[in-house]
Amino acid sequence: MNPISTLFKEKKNILSIYFTAGFPNLNSTKSILDALVGSGADMIEIGIPFSDPLADGPVIQHSSEVALKNGMTIQLLFHQLDKLKVKSRKSKVPLILMGYLNPVLQFGMEHFCREARKAGISGVILPDLPMDVYLSEYKPVFEKYKLKNIFLITPQTSEKRIREIDKRSDGFIYMVSSSSTTGAQNGVNKEKEKYFNRIRRMKLKSPVMIGFGISDRTGFSKACKFANGAIIGSAFISHIEKGEPVNKFIKQII
Amino acid sequence: MRYQVNKKGYYGNFGGAFIPEMLVPNVEELRNHYLKIISSKGFQKELGSLLRNYAGRPTPLYFAKRLSERYKAKIFLKREDLLHTGAHKINNTLGQILVAKKLGKTRIIAETGAGQHGVATATVCALMGLECIVYMGEVDIERQAPNVARMKMLGAKVIPAKSGSRTLKDATNEAIRDWINNPVDTHYIIGSVVGPHPYPDMVARFQSVISKEIKKELKSKFKKENPDYVIACVGGGSNAAGAFYHFLDNKKVKLIAVEAAGKGIHSGHSAATMVLGKPGIIHGSKTLLMQTDDGQITEPYSISAGLDYPGVGPVHAHLFKTGRAKFVSATDEEALKAAYLLAKLEGIIPALESAHALAYLEKLKAKKNEIVVVNLSGRGDKDMATYINKME
Ligand SMILES: Cc1ncc(COP(=O)(O)O)c(C=O)c1O
Repeated sequence: MNPISTLFKEKKNILSIYFTAGFPNLNSTKSILDALVGSGADMIEIGIPFSDPLADGPVIQHSSEVALKNGMTIQLLFHQLDKLKVKSRKSKVPLILMGYLNPVLQFGMEHFCREARKAGISGVILPDLPMDVYLSEYKPVFEKYKLKNIFLITPQTSEKRIREIDKRSDGFIYMVSSSSTTGAQNGVNKEKEKYFNRIRRMKLKSPVMIGFGISDRTGFSKACKFANGAIIGSAFISHIEKGEPVNKFIKQII
Repeated sequence: MRYQVNKKGYYGNFGGAFIPEMLVPNVEELRNHYLKIISSKGFQKELGSLLRNYAGRPTPLYFAKRLSERYKAKIFLKREDLLHTGAHKINNTLGQILVAKKLGKTRIIAETGAGQHGVATATVCALMGLECIVYMGEVDIERQAPNVARMKMLGAKVIPAKSGSRTLKDATNEAIRDWINNPVDTHYIIGSVVGPHPYPDMVARFQSVISKEIKKELKSKFKKENPDYVIACVGGGSNAAGAFYHFLDNKKVKLIAVEAAGKGIHSGHSAATMVLGKPGIIHGSKTLLMQTDDGQITEPYSISAGLDYPGVGPVHAHLFKTGRAKFVSATDEEALKAAYLLAKLEGIIPALESAHALAYLEKLKAKKNEIVVVNLSGRGDKDMATYINKME
């Protein structure tokens, strides 16, 4: 079974951590992955840096810029992941690649999926790959290499489209917590709770992870009341940018 | 061959809407309504009246006698430079602000490079009493100070884009991020035939008034509504899209698009997307764009801020691939020379962008009786600092 499916079957209150590959240093990938797995992260999203990250706020823009300056590329990332004889490969922690479509297209979609599979990746999030294009052009390739494609929903997504996305999802649904780019630190307020509740009442077949704007223990535990878990990105990146140890951050959350 | 957008938002292999889910509701709202809104009688009447009484349309199709003598052809200039705010950009912003109002939007955002589109947006927002926020690269804010001042005087808030290379591409990123963060009350007025469908088509429709008037004027004066050549510069491609629009299906009209070669196509300082670009995704559209082998978008260069965009509208990628339009380029030097020449021969100081189109006259080799229309997309006031600086 795909490790993503296993995880959602076996666990609640799932903590997923996002970090940008190649940040703060070109070769940070292995040590960050090891430390995340070692300290109890349930799922990990590895960000592929892009020059023009449209859906990201300042923190991830910055980490992407630094990573690119450091020389990170998709090729190199796969190379790093291939060489990992680390806990994360042996553990069941699902690894997900998150990035923008253009670098992936230049690498070649099938090439990308094949290498991802080889590197132990379970799923992919490409926010600017529209659902209809995925379905008509890329779904067979994803399935061939046993990769789950993760779709997003937002507070503005219509009920009809959410139903469609639910139908087409087989990993989990990435529920963007507010109408914003990544890194908005505004916690979980009443308005968000209303939206979370609305989605919960829809009784979707897919597991749901809440992301964007979740930054601390309070936000994480609140999100877990409404969904299968939550994703933390910008707050984690700010933490490691200060040179703080990875496990200290995880301990603050769970 | 079909040159207009198809139902799915594509021009051949190019176009589409490659946007994150956060933008889907906004873009769909626009896609579902734009055709109905702009084809309604009331809208057409209101826009027509504004174009005539406020912006100054129709613009003259001026027979440039001395230029014609020099190049031995019948050269006409489509005088978009005479429009209010000094460039064709106002055709689009007037159209879009009316669409925004029909959609009930109260807050307008825009990106700008040289500041021409920013000024045209600030202008229509003042006219309609709507809040206006313009994103502009920090680098461009410094080199285009007069346009920044104009926008401020018109009541717009100019926000510096401090990410990436801090120029037009990054200003566009910031505007898109703003839209993600303000999905309900905000309309994004894109300044060219770029971005996700339906923007390229909508902007082309608003600019198509240029070729409509060219046709009408040629018919009434010469009983021949089709010129032999239409020449326009291409940044994102909106003035060219408008000047080509009504001639696309008539193969006898030769369409020539002039890109900025900067310091030379292969100098490493160029914006000639058709030669240097590869297919990819930029700002929600599949098109040709300048990028590294790893798919990172690179920074173009041109002396004219309005042409240094690393992508190009999907319609032009299609016109290029199908061969319907010929894509050529002019260097900084060639454009400057053409600008000085037009000033001396015709008493018209063109925008640096438009000067790229004029520069191609040197290479055109038209026959003596052939009609050549050059789209003079804007006036040169904003470029005086550069012109003075480069004057021998
Ligand atoms: C006068 C003028 N012409 C041309 C352009 C290029 O834009 P487009 O290719 O969309 O016409 C600009 C952009 O700022 C401009 O100001």
